[in-house]
Amino acid sequence: MKSLAELKAIRDRAKAQLDLRKENPNAARVLVGMATCGIAAGARPVLHAFTEEIAKRGLTDSVTVTQTGCIGICQYEPVVEIEIPGEEKVTYVKVAPEMVARIVNDHLVNHNVVTEYTIGAISK
Amino acid sequence: MRELSLNVMDVAQNSVRAQASLVYITVTESDLEDNLTISISDNGCGMTEEQVQQVIDPFFTTRTTRKVGLGVPLFKLSAEQTGGSFEIRSKVGEGTVTTAAYVKSSVDMTPLGDINSTVRMLIQCNPDIDFVFTHSTDADSFTLDTRELREVLEGVSLDTPDVLEWIGQFLEENTQNLYGGAST
Repeated sequence: MKSLAELKAIRDRAKAQLDLRKENPNAARVLVGMATCGIAAGARPVLHAFTEEIAKRGLTDSVTVTQTGCIGICQYEPVVEIEIPGEEKVTYVKVAPEMVARIVNDHLVNHNVVTEYTIGAISK
Repeated sequence: MRELSLNVMDVAQNSVRAQASLVYITVTESDLEDNLTISISDNGCGMTEEQVQQVIDPFFTTRTTRKVGLGVPLFKLSAEQTGGSFEIRSKVGEGTVTTAAYVKSSVDMTPLGDINSTVRMLIQCNPDIDFVFTHSTDADSFTLDTRELREVLEGVSLDTPDVLEWIGQFLEENTQNLYGGAST
């Protein structure tokens, strides 16, 4: 069973890394739409997939994953917006968990937007 | 909504927007009594009696960005379609309690779904709010109280990936226990 002692060990490790993280105000942001429309369309597994993929690749210091509300394009949910400081914001639509690994690899790591998943490509 | 846990995530969002600092999410299920009750209780800004009446109307929302709000109406529908009941009690300045009661064996019962994911995600996305999640069945009951975790963590944020991992596993193990499964 998970114990609080284990949590203490996690705390100590996290504290050691804390200073490192503070130095990074330029973290990229992944915003997943999580209003009624997003949730109903399946945003929860998408957010989970982003969290997992980013942890797996050790990007937790440079990328934050968070939720946002409804931005008014409910027919395209689940919607994910990616903001990298100094680059144009990109909106991915109808995102499925299977698409997440590619978005993380191509966009967040290599700075190549996955054009075919973006709202520009899909709403044509 | 395909799972009740999604309704919970949605309605709990209202507590967040009501500036709650403490949110109780309680799931009580009993096969013996054939019911399942979900209660979401917060210490947010609360609503007037008039607003409580309005909030169950799909064409009411406190947002100004658009004219519909489907969270509460969908939650209410999910309970009432099973022959259960739905209630909102609220007081301005004190908070809101939303309770949905279901008849478990109804053909129109929506499965509870992955409630643990919902709780984990609420904590991840709102690390400054405290959540107390209690899940009970006929066999047993367990509680996750982020105030207790916060005490142990001494300032380390609840949305630290390793902490979230711990929370996820804690919920998973305790849920297995709840349904009488062997914990490995």
